[in-house]
Amino acid sequence: MMSESKIPEGSKEIRCIVCPTGCLVHVENVNGELVIEGHSCNRGEEYAREEFIAPKRILTTTIRVENGFLPLIPVRSNTPIPKEKLQETLKEIAGTKVKAPIKMGDILIKNVIGLDANIIASRDLIEA
Amino acid sequence: MNKYSVDVTVIGGGSAGLAAAIIVKKANLNVLILERDKELGGITLQCIHNGFGLHEFKEELTGPEYVQRFINQAVELDIAYKLDTMVIEITSDKVIYAVNNKEGLIEIKTKAIILAMGCREKTRGAINIPGFRPAGIYTAGQAQRFVNIEGYLPGRSYVILGSGDIGMIIARRLTWEGCQVKAVVEIQPYVSGLIRNEVQCLEDYGIPLITSYTVTKIHGKDRVQGVTISKVDRNFDRVIGSEKFIECDTLLLSVGLIPENELTREAGAEISEMGGPVVDNNLETTIEGVFACGNVLQVHDLVDLVTAEAKRAGLNAVDYIKNRYDKKIERKEIIKCIAGENVNYVKPDLINRSDLSKDVIFTFRVKRPDRRLLIQFKDDKNRIIYKRKRSYVIPSEMLEIKLNLNEFNIDSNIKSIEIEVIPRPEVLIEED
Repeated sequence: MMSESKIPEGSKEIRCIVCPTGCLVHVENVNGELVIEGHSCNRGEEYAREEFIAPKRILTTTIRVENGFLPLIPVRSNTPIPKEKLQETLKEIAGTKVKAPIKMGDILIKNVIGLDANIIASRDLIEA
Repeated sequence: MNKYSVDVTVIGGGSAGLAAAIIVKKANLNVLILERDKELGGITLQCIHNGFGLHEFKEELTGPEYVQRFINQAVELDIAYKLDTMVIEITSDKVIYAVNNKEGLIEIKTKAIILAMGCREKTRGAINIPGFRPAGIYTAGQAQRFVNIEGYLPGRSYVILGSGDIGMIIARRLTWEGCQVKAVVEIQPYVSGLIRNEVQCLEDYGIPLITSYTVTKIHGKDRVQGVTISKVDRNFDRVIGSEKFIECDTLLLSVGLIPENELTREAGAEISEMGGPVVDNNLETTIEGVFACGNVLQVHDLVDLVTAEAKRAGLNAVDYIKNRYDKKIERKEIIKCIAGENVNYVKPDLINRSDLSKDVIFTFRVKRPDRRLLIQFKDDKNRIIYKRKRSYVIPSEMLEIKLNLNEFNIDSNIKSIEIEVIPRPEVLIEED
């Protein structure tokens, strides 16, 4: 597991994605204190803080299915995954095969690459 | 020939058709969905990314999760549907002819029809890129289907033309599948999709976004070997001498969507200049008892908005059958809705004068991005009916305003309502 939200050094310009305005938010670590400037709402400030300290993403991809009505099942991580772990997670998923039938929400990979996240099915898939 | 008779027939079993059919079934009418694919769900099934459902379910879902909920509900309600069934004709008196490989040609007589066929992507032909016709040119949605449903990669190295949301999302998807996306090229001077997608699909992966450029030549005879891109000026004419070559084996086009109008047009419904059928405030086309919703009516930003519109179409079809069907009620006088300054189109196209006491949901898009604005509704004598401030507008965001026009003291004789999006007067003063 990652160490608990350590504030990275340096500064970053982060384009806020909370709404279509797209504020450019400056985030800087000044002697261990976060300075956030350029946002125009609280949600933007919160987004920029998270994005600076520990950016995370929901991962959505597909897994090969044996004997399915379709050859692939769309999947997602049940919680956001640290951005720097996405590549490794994708590799793990690419090497996985599952069997139909599958129900939406079924856990297809538990604690993927040791993360506190499961890969779950995004839909039902019947057998071929 | 098998013949059927139902209350409501829904053409298309995607997100729009499912939501509309569920509403009709819940009103205890019988409903039949006709779907040309081998399963229900439509295009939402191939949109495997998340970001759906925040309006409808107050949680963030992937496309398949979103539509699975509607499929499950349709199954629970025992809604009738036919798969692999292609509608080939709708007549103006609401007889539907369709074909499938079990029954051959079938005929369906129906009291009301809900059009929910969705839209299709513009292809190379629509934007006239010269050159040979090698393998390796696809639309972005086609590539999405290959990658997310069929399990094939259409190529290894890509240039994507068009920075709409589909184009940017497929760029990230292909990157995740180990492909190289060389660039996303956009003819407009600005990104045309959401900033969220520009940041999370392009910037996160270092994919260059090249604005004010377009593809002017496709290289390769058997297989795409690369494209030439050229800068364009304000009139979208290419700037001679600005050409750059980008090597790639696949070109994806994400250059816009157009409603599937063929059946609607042949049925005799009027089609509006900017896309789908002409509809009134009840989403009823110019053929009585034929309603339209979802992307066949107007291209939506989000499936949640499709669902909301489809539910309205379903309710209006139910109301039609219960209160107007077979009663020969003359259509009351209509008020036209007009797209004014910086407005690309507006729905509905028409408002029934007799419905002025009801809420009317106006949806429209702007032609170009702008900031600090006033959205104004004017009547045909230039009197302002309603105005609202707005901090920004972008063409990729559909605007929606719900109004009860009777509350605004309008002249009962007005012939039209014009919507315009103009700079706020105080901005002009500030800038002096």
